[in-house]
Parts: sequence; C-alpha cells; structure tokens
Amino acid sequence: MTELSLRGLTKRFGAMTAVDDVSLDIPEGRFVCLLGPSGCGKTTLLRLIAGLEAPSSGAVLVAGRDQTDTPAHKRDFGMVFQSLALFPHLSVAENVAYPLAIRGVDRATRRNRAAELLQMVRLPDLGDRRIHQLSGGQRQRVAIARGLAINPRVFLLDEPLSALDANLREHMQMELRQLQQRLGVTTVVVTHDQKEALTMADILILMDGGRVQQVGAPMELYRDPANAFVAGFIGNTNLLRGHLRGREMAVAGTTLTLDDGDRIKAPDGPAILSVRPEDTRIAARGVPARVTFLRDLGESVQVVMDMDGTEVTALFAPRDRPDVSLGDSVHLAFEPGRRVVLPA
Amino acid sequence: MSAHRATPAWLALIPAAWLAVFFLIPFAIMLSVSVAHRVPGGFFEPGFEIDSYARLMTPFFGRILMTSVAVAAGAAAICVVLAFPFTVILAGMRARGQTLVLVVLLAVLSLSEVIIGFSLSTLLSRTAGVGNLLAWAGLIAEPRAYTPGLFALMLGLCYLGLPYAVLVLYPPVSRLDPELGEAARIMGASPLRVFWTVTVPVLRAPIAGAFVLVFVFTLGAYLLPQLLGRPRHWTLSVHITDQAIFQSNLPFAAAMAVVLLLVSLALVGVSLLLGRGGARA
Ligand SMILES: Nc1ncnc2c1ncn2[C@@H]1O[C@H](COP(=O)(O)OP(=O)(O)OP(=O)(O)O)[C@@H](O)[C@H]1O
Ligand SMILES: [Mg+2]
Repeated sequence: MTELSLRGLTKRFGAMTAVDDVSLDIPEGRFVCLLGPSGCGKTTLLRLIAGLEAPSSGAVLVAGRDQTDTPAHKRDFGMVFQSLALFPHLSVAENVAYPLAIRGVDRATRRNRAAELLQMVRLPDLGDRRIHQLSGGQRQRVAIARGLAINPRVFLLDEPLSALDANLREHMQMELRQLQQRLGVTTVVVTHDQKEALTMADILILMDGGRVQQVGAPMELYRDPANAFVAGFIGNTNLLRGHLRGREMAVAGTTLTLDDGDRIKAPDGPAILSVRPEDTRIAARGVPARVTFLRDLGESVQVVMDMDGTEVTALFAPRDRPDVSLGDSVHLAFEPGRRVVLPA
Repeated sequence: MSAHRATPAWLALIPAAWLAVFFLIPFAIMLSVSVAHRVPGGFFEPGFEIDSYARLMTPFFGRILMTSVAVAAGAAAICVVLAFPFTVILAGMRARGQTLVLVVLLAVLSLSEVIIGFSLSTLLSRTAGVGNLLAWAGLIAEPRAYTPGLFALMLGLCYLGLPYAVLVLYPPVSRLDPELGEAARIMGASPLRVFWTVTVPVLRAPIAGAFVLVFVFTLGAYLLPQLLGRPRHWTLSVHITDQAIFQSNLPFAAAMAVVLLLVSLALVGVSLLLGRGGARA
C-alpha cells in the first residue's frame, strides 16, 4: 500500500525553483534514500514532506489522505535534523520523551517508553545525562530514538550521519537500516553519499536541479540509468559521445553494433554511450586509445586511457591485468549487454 | 615541547587594577564615609560610629528598601515579559527590518532619564495629556491625570529599561537554532507550546541576564520616582539623593548606598544562579 505520495510538488524561493514538480509514490515500510549533489533540493523536499515548508504547488498525501494543509505538528511524523536539534535544557530521557510529553502522556509511561527507546538504540543507562555529555554517535542515537518515540507514520532524516567519522558512519548505516527493518516504518533519508544510499536504500531517488532524475532500486539505477547524470552519479562510468543510428553506435570513428542486452534510451542522432570501468576491456580490435595512466589499487588495476580526447577508465581484477604500459596504443572493447546509450 | 608560553600571570592584574580603581576604592571611601561622624549643619569628620546604620534599621527605611526592590523588580519583570517575545519576533524578521528596529532602540537609549521623565509627566498630565484624547474619543467622561502614580512611574522605568532588555536578549535569541523549534513542531508542539517548552527554557540564562540588567538599572533611577511617582513610591535612590544633596547628611546617604548595593548584589547573585540552574540542571 502506498504510504506517502507526492503530487507535482514544487517549491520556489523567489525566482529560484528549489523543488520542481516532484511526483512519487512510496510504499509502506520502505527505506527510501534521497540522493543528489549539494543544493539539488533534497532538504527542501524533505521539509515539504514534513510540513515545515509550504509548497508553491502540488500536494503531499499520507495513506491516500491529502495532508498538504496539515500543519507540521499534526502530521505524526518523526524527523532527525542535520544538526540533530536535541534540546540542551532537557536530559537524554526527557529529550526522547518530549513528543510523548507534548501529547500529554503521564510521567510513568513516559519514563518506561524512554527507557525502552534508549534500549532500542543501545544507549541504556544514559537517560539522566545532559546532551552535552554525549559523544557524537550517542547524540545521533538519541535523535533517532526521539524521532521514533511516537511510532511515526513516516520517519524523515536529513543527512543524519554526515557529522560522524567514516567507521562510525558505516556502523550507524547498518544499525539504522536494521532498526528500520525491525520496526517497518516508512523512512526517507537524505544523503549526498552514494555509498551510504546504496547500503541502506530499498528505493533510491536521485535528484538534480530540483527534479527527480530517476527512482528505483539501487542496482536498477546502476545497471539501467535513465540519463547521463544518473549514470555518472551512481558509481563510476565512462561517458562517450557518439552518434546513434538504429543499432549502430559510432564512437571516435569506430562503429559498434549494439546487442540485444544493451539498453538504448536515446533516439537516433547524437547520443552518449555509458560503460562502467569494469565492463571496459582492452582487446585486439575496437576503438583506438592510448594509455595515459596506470595504477595498482591492490584489489584491482586501473588503466586510464585517452580515446580521441575523452578520458576512459578500465578496471581489471589483478589476475586479468593487461600487459600494457604507459603510452601504449591499444583497442577498447565494451562488454556486450552492459552498454547503455543515453540521450545527449 | 613547552615552547608555547602560558599567558603571563601579571596580565590578570590589569582587570584587577581596573576593578580596584573604579570599584573597590570608591566603595571603600563610601564605607568610610558611612561610618563617619556627622557634623550637624555642616559636613562630616572621620570617625567610626554606626549611628547612620542604626537609623536605617527602622520600619520606615525597611519599607523604603522593600519599595525600591519591588519597583525595580516589577519594572524588570515587565520589561523582560515585553522584550522577550518582541525580540523573538524581531529575530525572525528580515535583516533590513531588524536593523531599523535596532537603530530606533539605540536612539531611545540616547534619551536621558530627565527627558523621559518630563515628557511622560506632560503626556500623562490632565491639562495636556492623553486624558484629553481619551475624553475626546468618548472613552472617559472627563480628562484626567495619570501622573503622579505607580502607573506613570512603571511606564517611565519600562521605557527606560526596555531597550536594554531587548539589546541583551537580541544576540542569544538571534543565535537560537531554528531547527530546535522545528524539531518540536514535528514532534507535535503547536507554535505556542514550542515557545513555552523550547524557546523560553533554552534561553533561560539570557532572560535572567536581561532581568538583572534592567533591575540594577532601574534600582539606580532617582529622577523618575520623583517626577512620576508619589512620595510613597520614592525609592532608596531618591532618599540617598535627598540626604546627600539637600540634607547634607553624607554619612547617612553613604550608609543607605552601602545597604542598597549589598541588597542588589545579593538579588543579582540569586537571579543569575536561577538562570544558570535552568540551563544546566
Ligand atoms: N529559505 C530559502 N530561501 C531561498 N533559497 C533557498 C532556501 N532554502 C533553500 N534554498 C535554495 O534551494 C536550493 C536547494 O536547497 P536545499 O537545502 O534543499 O539543498 P540540498 O540538496 O539539501 O543541499 P545540501 O546537500 O547541500 O544540503 C539551494 O539552491 C538553496 O540555495
Ligand atoms: Mg540539505
């Protein structure tokens, strides 16, 4: 069942359109990652969903009911802010129980629930501390516990892990994901870290310039990008300009014949061929190129080549290491079935 | 490794010297005057007698002290109650509007107690005051005077204290993270409850600070109580002026000043403790 629906959601700040005509349907219990470069409108979209910002046009529906005009405090959502926004004047337990206190829940119930929530985020015994007595990771957990205190319909998080160091961050990603799966709460997390998005998401929403570029499972976006922006943003890719006619793609003076498995998403004419570095091969015949850089990364070998002015990267497993050296002229082949032709 | 030298200890002597020159020495002089022997009809000669203090230990002066504290605390409370929401709204305005309001407030600060006192006593008088306006509008039957009286006095003191309260509150209020309030909104708090459960408690220390500043400031006002209040509203500051200037009784004036200083120091300490306790405990 669709829990959260956005219909043509648009937000303008003066002449600038921060969120542009976003329509989405998010099924109940899914973990959604909102991914995109800085300034693409992720935070604004999340604030529109939360009701902290009024849309210029469009609607927000929760379980089929229009909530566009429902004020933020009547939506029964949970949210974790980038700054965490924990209350310095309350103890950890009081912070966690704040939404319950606002709803008039009695003191004893509040205390039990706070203890339960702190147990859940693995912070028992810290209930009496002040916020400034906690480490960054502990604060993170308190904010998450507080956001989940009322069993929210929708749980929203804005770059919740961005302040943590890499190790803790990876750990918290897994923990957040497991917690969400256990509780089954529909969750939307904003991030600009694609690895984080790939780790956690059921559904990935990739935004750029206020618009949704593609929605789908992470692997879907990786394998089957809708456009060059998606291909370039999710993982590394080689984007080669060329010309498409039927199943023939001309790249740097060489014509490649596309296979059944290859995805053609552009009309005839100028187009972009997207191939992942691991699907790029050095072969006896193919597109001519010259080796400009070689490096051994341990788990893989990276070969960078110049193909008629375009930089192309190929990645090999150590045992497939090609016998080339700097300045060699080589020919490139692209794994059939893994090629994607995108609109230019 | 210890190439980085600590701040030299003698540097601390500078603020200490300041305190001594501008606070401790005058206070010591005042103390010595307060125990000096008064020469009736004349000045005073050095001595050590507690006559002046003994004279203070009467219900009469006890009442005056209470009045002073009550008037100043009342004015400070009204100022903070008005200034706090005002500042919260001010901090939410766009930058140009904020600058304009702050400039106006600073302009009000440049008015002296004398100007404020005389303006208000004219404005609240029967012959030329707002009473005429109200009578003309039919709100009251006859023009009447609103001065002298407690209302006029409070009005004057608040006019004097409000800009200070706003200026003390403005920096912490404008630095308040708006996400705190938004987080409370999401968690179900209406804007009014956000104000009471987040904005006020988070800013408890600055609120106490504003209260203390206006309290101390209005406690020292000696013109407004005479211009706008009745004799029973006269504060200790008025009586100090009266004794020092008109009765030429410097020892007694000094004794009152010492008592006033100690009482206000004690109250300031208590208020600040309460404010800090709110932010921590
Ligand atoms: N209150 C506002 N007034 C004017 N412009 C705004 C406002 N809030 C956001 N914007 C603009 O809208 C665009 C989207 O901002 P938003 O904060 O949603 O980006 P973001 O994707 O969250 O970026 P980041 O990853 O850096 O947090 C930006 O260009 C920003 O300058
Ligand atoms: Mg953001």
